[in-house]
Amino acid sequence: MPAEWRDFFALTKPRVMSLVIFTGLCGLLAAPDTIHPVLAFTAILCIAVGAGGAAALNQWWEADLDAGMKRTAARPLPAGRMDRTSARDFGIGLSVGSVLLMGVAIGWLAAAILAVSIVYYAVIYTIWLKPRTPQNIVIGGGAGAFPPLIGWVAATGDITAMPVILFAIIFMWTPPHFWALALFVKTDYAKVGIPMMPVVAGETSTRRQILAYAVLLLPLSALPWFIGGTGAVYGITALVLSTVFLLFSLRVGLRRRVSDDDTMKPEKQLFAYSIIYLFALFAALVADHWLIQGAIA
Amino acid sequence: MNELDPQAERMRIIRGRNRVFGVLLVGFAVLIFAISIAKMA
Repeated sequence: MPAEWRDFFALTKPRVMSLVIFTGLCGLLAAPDTIHPVLAFTAILCIAVGAGGAAALNQWWEADLDAGMKRTAARPLPAGRMDRTSARDFGIGLSVGSVLLMGVAIGWLAAAILAVSIVYYAVIYTIWLKPRTPQNIVIGGGAGAFPPLIGWVAATGDITAMPVILFAIIFMWTPPHFWALALFVKTDYAKVGIPMMPVVAGETSTRRQILAYAVLLLPLSALPWFIGGTGAVYGITALVLSTVFLLFSLRVGLRRRVSDDDTMKPEKQLFAYSIIYLFALFAALVADHWLIQGAIA
Repeated sequence: MNELDPQAERMRIIRGRNRVFGVLLVGFAVLIFAISIAKMA
């Protein structure tokens, strides 16, 4: 039976894509230059489609692993609703198409960074790092950090300190975000042999590392303000949001699992807050930019 | 429970896919047209 269109759509990981679209859009809107709305829409579409292509390639490669985990067993490939060749071809098609459209419509620098981000996620993270090292999410997290950089470059055609800092913020945010999740789905990762930090280094070490990243994230998130790239609206919002992030991380970092029946509430709360944190931080970046622009006008 | 005829189910899926593909194709054509206009502006 052929796969339904809904299964192809599911292959693009729409929920993850929403964060990618949002951070990409914020990078584009916070840039000092503006581009035609149609071109801005095209740039964001290319970022989204590229991310969808990379997600499809990720699921094509990991179909067997996904089948062994409760969280992913219902995906189109492990559930048997789609054959692997279709998923691979769909992923390659979306990836190549998004890079070509970005190059032709926006510029080849943005297209090149988009291509690097797709290869980074589909090859460096999925194929190389994830099955080999517990640092997989640290280095591989870079893949999710590209969208604001691409959005910024799409608007300006140039790479400056600001988009690199935005990249660094998401890079630093990814480990505590993902390890909080890995702590409460640890059993699933262990079952399929993925060397996630809690599986390899143990819970105590993972909790300490979550805390370390949250500490580093606090000054880093305010760096755009410190270097004069944004105003106080962003700076103060970043400090408040990151302090709350640190408090949630402290609760996770300093606690121990009390029993096997532990509901892992602090870990789940940190994971949920980390998503809100990133949305709010980037929304503040755009709001600050528009307020400054409004003040200048 | 009603058993679905596999051939009818297959046709339903293909029709759905074709419909979505058609909409995407039209959207892509409109986008290319809009990009051309935007780049000329």
